[in-house]
Amino acid sequence: MTFNGILQIALFAAIILVLTRPLGGFMTRVFNGENTLFGRVFGPVERGIYRICGVDETAEQHWLTYAVAMMLFNLVGALVLYALMRLQALLPFNPQGQAAVAPDLSFNTAISFVTNTNWQAYGGETTMGYLVQMAGLTVQNFMSAATGIVLALALVRGFSRRGARTIGNFWVDLTRATLYVLLPACVVLTLFYVWQGVPQNLLAYTEATTLEGAKQIIAQGPVASQLAVKMLGTNGGGFFNANSAHPFENPNALVNLVQMLSIFAIGAGLTNVFGRMVGNERQGWAILAAMGAMFIVGVGVCYWAESQANPLFASLPVDQAVSALSPGGNMEGKEVRFGIANTALFATITTDASCGAINGWHDSFMPLGGMVPLVNMLLGEVIVGGVGAGLYGILLMAIIAMFVAGLMVGRTPEYIGKKLEAKEVKMTVLAILAMPLVILVFSAISSAIPAGVAGIANNGPHGFSEIFYAYSSGAANNGSAFGGLSANTLWYNVTLGVTMFVGRFFIIIPALAIAGALAAKKSVPASAGTFPTTGPLFVSLLVGVILIVGGLTYFPAVALGPVVEHLQMMAGTTY
Amino acid sequence: MSSPSMFHPGQQPAAPQQPDAPTRRGTKSALLDPAILGPAVKASFTKLNPATLVRNPVMFLVAAVALLTTVLLARDLATGAQGTGFSFQIVLWLWFTVLFANFAEAVAEGRGKAQADSLRKTRTETVAKRLTGPMVARGAAVTSFQTVGAADLKVGDHVVVDAGDIIPSDGEIVDGIATVDESAITGESAPVIRESGGDRSAVTGGTRVLSDRIIVRITAAQGSTFLDRMISLVEGAERQKTPNEIALNILLVGMSLIFILAVVTIPGFAAYAGGTVSVVVLVALFVTLIPTTIGALLSAIGIAGMDRLVRFNVLAMSGRAVEAAGDVDTLLLDKTGTITLGNRHAAEFIPVSGVTDKELAEAAQLSSLSDETPEGRSIVVLAKEKYGLRGKDMGALNARFVPFAAQTRMSGVDLANENGEGGIQIRKGAVDAVLRHVTALRGSQPVRHPELEAITERIAKAGGTPLAVVRNDRVLGVIYLKDIVKGGIRDRFAELRRMGIRTVMITGDNPLTAAAIAAEAGVDDFLAQATPEDKLALIRKEQAEGRLVAMCGDGTNDAPALAQADVGVAMNTGTQAAREAGNMVDLDSDPTKLIEIVGIGKQLLMTRGALTTFSIANDVAKYFAIIPAMFAGLYPALNALNIMHLATPQSAILSAIIFNALVIIALIPLALKGVRYRALPAASLLSRNMLVYGLGGIIIPFIGIKAIDMVVTAVGLA
Repeated sequence: MTFNGILQIALFAAIILVLTRPLGGFMTRVFNGENTLFGRVFGPVERGIYRICGVDETAEQHWLTYAVAMMLFNLVGALVLYALMRLQALLPFNPQGQAAVAPDLSFNTAISFVTNTNWQAYGGETTMGYLVQMAGLTVQNFMSAATGIVLALALVRGFSRRGARTIGNFWVDLTRATLYVLLPACVVLTLFYVWQGVPQNLLAYTEATTLEGAKQIIAQGPVASQLAVKMLGTNGGGFFNANSAHPFENPNALVNLVQMLSIFAIGAGLTNVFGRMVGNERQGWAILAAMGAMFIVGVGVCYWAESQANPLFASLPVDQAVSALSPGGNMEGKEVRFGIANTALFATITTDASCGAINGWHDSFMPLGGMVPLVNMLLGEVIVGGVGAGLYGILLMAIIAMFVAGLMVGRTPEYIGKKLEAKEVKMTVLAILAMPLVILVFSAISSAIPAGVAGIANNGPHGFSEIFYAYSSGAANNGSAFGGLSANTLWYNVTLGVTMFVGRFFIIIPALAIAGALAAKKSVPASAGTFPTTGPLFVSLLVGVILIVGGLTYFPAVALGPVVEHLQMMAGTTY
Repeated sequence: MSSPSMFHPGQQPAAPQQPDAPTRRGTKSALLDPAILGPAVKASFTKLNPATLVRNPVMFLVAAVALLTTVLLARDLATGAQGTGFSFQIVLWLWFTVLFANFAEAVAEGRGKAQADSLRKTRTETVAKRLTGPMVARGAAVTSFQTVGAADLKVGDHVVVDAGDIIPSDGEIVDGIATVDESAITGESAPVIRESGGDRSAVTGGTRVLSDRIIVRITAAQGSTFLDRMISLVEGAERQKTPNEIALNILLVGMSLIFILAVVTIPGFAAYAGGTVSVVVLVALFVTLIPTTIGALLSAIGIAGMDRLVRFNVLAMSGRAVEAAGDVDTLLLDKTGTITLGNRHAAEFIPVSGVTDKELAEAAQLSSLSDETPEGRSIVVLAKEKYGLRGKDMGALNARFVPFAAQTRMSGVDLANENGEGGIQIRKGAVDAVLRHVTALRGSQPVRHPELEAITERIAKAGGTPLAVVRNDRVLGVIYLKDIVKGGIRDRFAELRRMGIRTVMITGDNPLTAAAIAAEAGVDDFLAQATPEDKLALIRKEQAEGRLVAMCGDGTNDAPALAQADVGVAMNTGTQAAREAGNMVDLDSDPTKLIEIVGIGKQLLMTRGALTTFSIANDVAKYFAIIPAMFAGLYPALNALNIMHLATPQSAILSAIIFNALVIIALIPLALKGVRYRALPAASLLSRNMLVYGLGGIIIPFIGIKAIDMVVTAVGLA
């Protein structure tokens, strides 16, 4: 670990902290329908959309109606995307003449992009034409991100409303999230990326002759526009197979920093929206503090683990020491233009936040370094998390934490003035069960059947980690790949498709039910007998519950993956 | 406290009998009582009935996997497989786990059962003297009755009860007054007075009339009397899961489901590594992980909470009410009898100008000589102490005492002059009533008396009650009656404030008086000149703001408020209507007990939370014990996780399961006694409990499992 590296991590954290409040204030105004600068510019557009779609802007929805609208919208999105992929050979904007995508891969990819996962069992530049990239994948990048944001908003309204029957209007929320938050920011980011050298064109790939005289195909296309929403909407699906490790998708350290910032920006800002909407910004800061504590520990462990010299190389002529010309430590699978600190930071952020973009190869991390992204996902992606998904995820954990803690102060548990009763606990438990159900069951089956084991690249615990990581990534709607696993098979395409679906909607629907139940409740005024949820005690309690619940659920699997791999490596055993 | 109208000198009902300290019954520890332990051990086995077990999902799961492993063990024994000794021990401890949970519940129930038995003894076959013929006129001599069994009585029947008789069923006295021994219900041996009319007319079946004769209208049929309800309550026969318990159970089932997933997927992971894990080991891991500690003790905690109230002589009609008590945000307390002593004392005579102290004192004394109310007596005492006025013989004075009447709201005395003709009328009473009296005598426009009003206001501001004294139509001055705030009540309110509970004093006094007493007693707020409607409105307002309200009351006009309040504690001395409306009955009729009731409610919830936290925190150590042992053959490197250095894989697994079972037994006393509640802000309570049960819950099993492992190894069990 170097001072320079730590400084870069600190710089990132500081900028996020500075961005949180203004972004939160802006989004609060947008979602409350207050007047904003964009409102005056895009107001007619917004009203036009409602008129065309026949949406009554003032009609609010019951949580069930909200859920049905959300499900229908996502279903149609998935079908359109599936059709685009299956028919791409017949459609325009396909200068490379990419063939129709196979049914199982199309199924997997459609679910993947609709659920904000962006798990890619394909290489972008060799599979998808520009129309699919732009009208299919990029559109879903916007829509799935907006869906996540509005779902979080619905749950926040559950906390902030009293005796209400409705939790908002899905169509209005979705339109505002897209029109006022995602689109303007993405326009600016796209221009910035183009300026920094990211391609944005519709040309066929360039064939070049290298200095050695070899032929090289240089892939390109409308990269910058997709890159902007890929990061801001925590989608993570790369235009190119190499994702943000590709020089066209992440040309330099400045772009790398902006990409990392845009992963966290909206998620962090939403904690502030939460605080503002429930009438006490400190409630939001407490949530962000819990996220921040886990982020710092995660990036610390990852950076430390990657900075260590690999003991298996000790006897080989490999220089792993820090020097002016070398960052030292484990540089396998990392881009030299980013180095260890920025790769460890990127890996932590992308898995904290269900983004799934990568700028290095997680498969090549040290066992403990690679364990950090894995654990981040297993904890439910609540460390800032996917846009919206992180907030509703951590609020569900807060409900569990406050339920147990509330009992210990001798009152019926409550959070933000809302009593936590059987219905909330039931729905929270259902939501929490979704991830372990698919991750553990599919990992266990895949580790035991030939169709599962066939895909792995390494023997021993590392191979198991590859399988386990894939399902964790799918269920957490992260989409990053550990690498090493050949996932474009019928077995993995189908099971991962199911995993992503369960990981998304089996959490969203209970969360909406909670929103509906909470909104209908009265609010209990705080007193000296109420446990304050704005202090360090609450933060540590929340972190403790997240770690204990996650830890207890996945202890055996993590022990059999990265932990045993690390222990064996220390003992000199390799596969 | 029943009808908080403006002022009632002379008819202040005597304060209910208050024992010095709330009676506690059966404080002996249930765990040391052989009368409870014996049946409890037996019940541990009868409770293995699946129909009973299924009420407790966590323990039902344990029983199910225990059965599964028993069958597997039988198969292994039949086929002569290896390692059955280890399996046998695991199976044995699995069953112990279930039995220990049953035992905990049985012990908790035992104390209630014992009490119910003693109550049943009092419900002997009673005979009733049912009046025959048409409705008996009030006060008329009882002419005819027939003797019937108590079971034959119907609601609405009238019975006569003589001295020495046991009252056959719950009812309301329609005629007569009697002293009643209610010790069968309250445990308090001092007899109480019951009389027709007013707020002390309710009688309870099973209590005994000691003197006099009363006529009682039966209000409850056999089987639904207070005594019947009390028996079923203390016995726990009607125990329903409380809302909070249901929510907690859902969480526990959810945790168990997660652990099912965590455990059933292990064979798949093991298969990848080229090995297998035996079912017995998987079951051992599963049972140690699921929250058996809280699952086993959950119902015991609930029963013990109700029982704690019973021992405090408070009967909660439902567990829901006990839980709600812990949540109370606002406490409505009647001033009289709760915050102040029931009686006011004369503190000073304040004459108006032109009247001497002595003149006023004399008139006041004369008007009170036959006034047997505590206020009246205190006036006589003050006149004697301060002005040396001796008591006079009313007869010698030719005086006729005029008792307090609700219409005039005054009392006094008429003195005959030398000729024996009506001459002097002395009256004392509420200032406005006295002024009206003067107006009537003079037959003039409404009389105003600025000086009197000034004195009145001064007294009211100081928290006193002014009693104006007039001789004929001449205003003499004011008697300053002072409320005596109960000693130590201020500290109790401070304690409540620390708990986050707001206290509101309810009084019929005017706002000035109320404010002064409220300040002296240290309550947060007060409701002055309160009518029953005001009280109800206040409760509704607090509830609309999301607060939970507790109150106590005894009068019929308290019934709507008692029913509306989230926690309504009816005094046992109160009317039948009040007792029906409340969700708790205080057998000691001590309104200050609300404070303890709140504490018991909080303790109940805290105990559940603490043991849940402890149970979940325990799992960390259990993973560290079992996971390395489970994969010792596949990945020897994982032994690095065996941080307790447990001797062998078998001893590690066995120690974990033994610890898991024994901890249930070890925590029974805590479940029964409850986690100690202190009046601290929520944050300090939580950090303290997190430290003890959260951090302690992580550390203790590491020590416990290691210790058991050493014993297991030393004895050679594994």
